[in-house]
Amino acid sequence: MNLYAIAAIYRFEMARTFRTLVQSIISPVISTVLYFIVFGAAIGSGIQTIEGIHYSAFIVPGLIMLTVLMQSVANASFGIYFPKFLGTIYEHLSAPISFLEIIIGYVGAAATKSFIIALIILMTSSLFVPLNISHPVWMIALLVINCVTFSLLGFIIGILSNSFEQLNLVPMLIITPLVFLGGSFYALEMLPSFWQTVTLFNPVMYLISVFRWAFFDVADVPVFHSFLATLIFSITCTTIIYWIFKTGYKLKN
Amino acid sequence: MPIISISNLSKAYSDGTNALDDVNLEVNKGEIIALLGPNGAGKTTLISTICGLLTYDSGRIIVDGYDTVTEYRRTRKLIGLVPQEIMLEPFETVYDTVRFTRGMFGYPENKELLNNILQKLSLFDKRKQMIKELSGGMKRRVMIAKALSHSPKILFLDEPTAGVDVELRRDMWNVVDSLKSKGVTIVLTTHYIEEAEMMADRIALLNKGQIIFVENKESLMARMGKKELTINFQSPISSIPEVLSKYKLALSQDRFSLIYSYDNKASRTGITRLMRDIASTNLILQDLKTSQSSLEDIFVRMIRN
Repeated sequence: MNLYAIAAIYRFEMARTFRTLVQSIISPVISTVLYFIVFGAAIGSGIQTIEGIHYSAFIVPGLIMLTVLMQSVANASFGIYFPKFLGTIYEHLSAPISFLEIIIGYVGAAATKSFIIALIILMTSSLFVPLNISHPVWMIALLVINCVTFSLLGFIIGILSNSFEQLNLVPMLIITPLVFLGGSFYALEMLPSFWQTVTLFNPVMYLISVFRWAFFDVADVPVFHSFLATLIFSITCTTIIYWIFKTGYKLKN
Repeated sequence: MPIISISNLSKAYSDGTNALDDVNLEVNKGEIIALLGPNGAGKTTLISTICGLLTYDSGRIIVDGYDTVTEYRRTRKLIGLVPQEIMLEPFETVYDTVRFTRGMFGYPENKELLNNILQKLSLFDKRKQMIKELSGGMKRRVMIAKALSHSPKILFLDEPTAGVDVELRRDMWNVVDSLKSKGVTIVLTTHYIEEAEMMADRIALLNKGQIIFVENKESLMARMGKKELTINFQSPISSIPEVLSKYKLALSQDRFSLIYSYDNKASRTGITRLMRDIASTNLILQDLKTSQSSLEDIFVRMIRN
């Protein structure tokens, strides 16, 4: 394994984060705080509790997931798209480095950034509401898994995109609606039965459900189903990336 | 054994363009080979397939005894590439971007080596500057520094001096000279044929994805190069005298000169007889000049044919 190459990509990507600190870390934190004020303080005052959990606390896992998913996709897609856009991708293609090592470098850096942002949001949230995490180890583990999985998705989007507009298309048109309709700010049982059934086809719902379980020990769907959904999603993303590098699709043609 | 061996290599783009058509080429260790050809001949495609930037449809590329597809880690580690375009991350510093490339090729940071390379390319003073702050020529130097950061055994220079100033071009060739003396094999594409003429040991001419010929530069010049004798006269010539018709002379546009092409390696060049026959006419000589056709002349002639 070319560890120096992985380190080079990882360091290069992290350096970009620190060069653009405002865009990379501060702006997602500010927007999450705004969500928290609007949903937690303004709308939440009319809801009080869900499944015995104060609404302001109930939305914290959803808020974190919303940011993690968006940031992971954005970080990884931009990370690999930018070399494509600049042409510096030639270095990746001509270096003695495998597809797996490139992924570890880019996805590792994107996931690290998302993880740091998630922790910052968690700390910020704890200033607004008291948080008792029921399964802290699982919470961290799920956070890492989701950071990595959605960074993989972002990596695919970055490779397949031909323009900056396309880069934003999937996060805007797919990820955001899925997160909002995946129970970020409400429990599944609050929906009419038809929409409850529809929501079961939303993969993000499973991720939010299990993440909320790690916080409050309550979940919309069985935890096993959520783990299975996460696993399937990760394997699918990895398989697509493997195929892209194997065939050189959008990279070597 | 050649350090690069390409056999029956073909590559077509998705739009149907046949970029490489059954290319066979061997590059010897330590030589400088120049790939010449008009735009779209397949020079960059050929380099890109060897370096791993492009896939190919059929054929095989062996570098230092290893297949570039199945043993890409071994082959790519030996290769440094300076692409045609300047492609750099604008917000990175000079030193960091060169260090990045070295890392990508599987080597730990070596400050002494990297600073040495930067010094040779007059980049040391700018090592902490961001790429976006550099001039075009300086960026081109950074591209070269990156390619040298892992001390490659084979260096691909894809039109490295296109659009650069004379100073950089001279620096470039000094670097090439020093690399050659260390045994580095250099594959060069250029539109400046005089560069190829000056630097290369062998010339490969490509056209429409095919190798037209690969030949030692000296033998090519000797084989294809024509020698010309230009004879200037004091007054314009209305028509070539009958006695000189057997020499296939060309009349210059201003009609003051006759041009005689000959093979200087032949036992009899015909110059003595020509001069004797000119003396028998009423033409009055002004001056004589000989010249040899350049690689550029040969190149243009070959492409036209």
